[in-house]
Amino acid sequence: MQFWLQQTLNALQLGSIYALIALGYTMVYGIIRLINFAHGDIFMVGAFLGLYAAARLQLPLVLTLLFSMLCTATLGVLIERAAYKPLRNAPRVSAVITALGVGLFLEHFVLATVGAEPRLFPLLVNLDVYVLPGGLVANSIHVLIFAVALVLMLALDWFVRRTLTGMAMRAISYDRTIVPLMGISVDRIISLTFAIGSSLAAAGGILFGQAYPIIEPYMGVLVGWKAFVAAVVGGIGNIRGAMLGAYILAMVEIFVAAVLPSTYRDFVAFSLLLLLLVFRPTGILGRVTAQKV
Amino acid sequence: MGMPASAAARRVPRWLSRAWAPALAAAGLAAAVLVPRYGLLSPYHEYVLMIIGINIILTASLNLVNGFMGEFAVGHAGFMAVGAYVSSILSVRVLPREWGAYAFAPALAGGGLAAGVVALLVAIPSFRTRGDYLAIVTLALNMIVKSVIENIEAIGGPRGFFGMERYTNLAWVYAATLGTLWIIRNFVYSNYGRGVLSIREDEVAAELVGVNTRQVKIQAFILSAFFAGIAGGLFAHLLQYIHPRNFDIVRSTEILIMLYLGGIGSIAGSILGASLFTIMLEALRFLGIWRMVLAPLLLVVLMLLRPTGIMGLKEFSLFVPANERALRRKARAGKEGAARATGN
Repeated sequence: MQFWLQQTLNALQLGSIYALIALGYTMVYGIIRLINFAHGDIFMVGAFLGLYAAARLQLPLVLTLLFSMLCTATLGVLIERAAYKPLRNAPRVSAVITALGVGLFLEHFVLATVGAEPRLFPLLVNLDVYVLPGGLVANSIHVLIFAVALVLMLALDWFVRRTLTGMAMRAISYDRTIVPLMGISVDRIISLTFAIGSSLAAAGGILFGQAYPIIEPYMGVLVGWKAFVAAVVGGIGNIRGAMLGAYILAMVEIFVAAVLPSTYRDFVAFSLLLLLLVFRPTGILGRVTAQKV
Repeated sequence: MGMPASAAARRVPRWLSRAWAPALAAAGLAAAVLVPRYGLLSPYHEYVLMIIGINIILTASLNLVNGFMGEFAVGHAGFMAVGAYVSSILSVRVLPREWGAYAFAPALAGGGLAAGVVALLVAIPSFRTRGDYLAIVTLALNMIVKSVIENIEAIGGPRGFFGMERYTNLAWVYAATLGTLWIIRNFVYSNYGRGVLSIREDEVAAELVGVNTRQVKIQAFILSAFFAGIAGGLFAHLLQYIHPRNFDIVRSTEILIMLYLGGIGSIAGSILGASLFTIMLEALRFLGIWRMVLAPLLLVVLMLLRPTGIMGLKEFSLFVPANERALRRKARAGKEGAARATGN
């Protein structure tokens, strides 16, 4: 029992990181129907910016987070403006391909400038270990990750559901042609979406660096794809779905790794994804949209 | 009406216009046999040529699904992996030793068929819905295939598989590439293949005029996977050492890039995209690590300038069957005539 609770704790930790990344995928998809394949690499850049802030600039935790999130948000907006916006009226896959290109560029740019060897991410909090009732062992990294992820996710949920800008976002994902008629600048909302998504990924990157302290330029590929899968499981385009999907995926992965050899992790996770898609092609919280003819 | 066009066509005798494509193909095959025999190219250039051929097969086969059918599959390296492993296992362990190089053809075919079977397994559930879900299913399949290979100790697991003879040579690659392009061309322009194109243009309308869209989609997908498997087999018997990481999602990304670089929906685009991408990566080798920084940037710039790829939907006339060309001429002439008649 205690073993499973401990694994649940680990799964919640991994799920929080997946959730922060998956949100960026799902928001961008919801608003411009683009699978932003560069997003996993933005997560990686966020982690490296965090490393720079923490190790080189010696910034404390909060400033490290802010620094990395701000820089990455700027990067996200720049990428959107330079690589996706000119293609808004082109065939939809063109932007997917530039996204692939941008992702490869980011990976290899970091590889060329920082180097291929894995880096150790410094710990940003004092490592305290708490023994909870039932023999459960948690530490301050768990607390940090849950706290940061929870605050960011609640803030995002509030922003999207309760503010005018958030309403504009939802409106654009609902119907993009009608929104400009209401006097809303679609371009500005899209840029904002990229900024928010990228900064969440950066936060995910730093938390990743706390939980699994080795970072390297290719780390965004697998984690990014997994987060994408999480977004799909939850129903892509749905913000709460992305959070849910992330925790489900993390649970599956951690429990599989606990029972079977850990090399089966990807196999089981992706097989479950396929099974889920057979029965619920739109994900858990996704809406079924009827096609108009 | 349309006189100049048909007059120009008449100037070349019909037997010649029919014969020049096969003649070209035969000349190419002769070159592919003779060049290695007399050492006309350095081994390196020969290797690059073979890689280009394999990449053309991969790109053209993905083109069938993404370009001609208008779906979005992303995990093509998964099928390539199945083809590579199955053909290698066949040629190393299953087929009798005394067959020697004759084992290569059945091994390749076995690899292609195995990839087709895997495609069938995923196609049945995944073509019930349209849109980005195929992307996710094929992505997942790619990861699953890689993970399964890594977990089977009998075929080397994460350490890879080796022991293949170097059966792949220029002539094999050339023949396989040509065969793939020829079959895809004939498939797309066949009556049946019109169903594939009609799914791209409007799936609902296609269904309404009696195209069995589900069946057409599944069959085109299987054909595409078959060729990817063949390419995998060629690749395995060229490198003589394969590794699950050869076939990860990065490899799939490369195939996608070659496809969209050249332009989807045309065989010419696949040839150009695969050749240019491969040559560019080789030519930029002197940049060292910065090569992989520059190459994606070039890709992004190119996509911004030409969102439909280099060729777009345009096709080399070589890849348009003669009767199709005649049809198009007639259609064009008819349109011009109609425009003249209404005074536009």
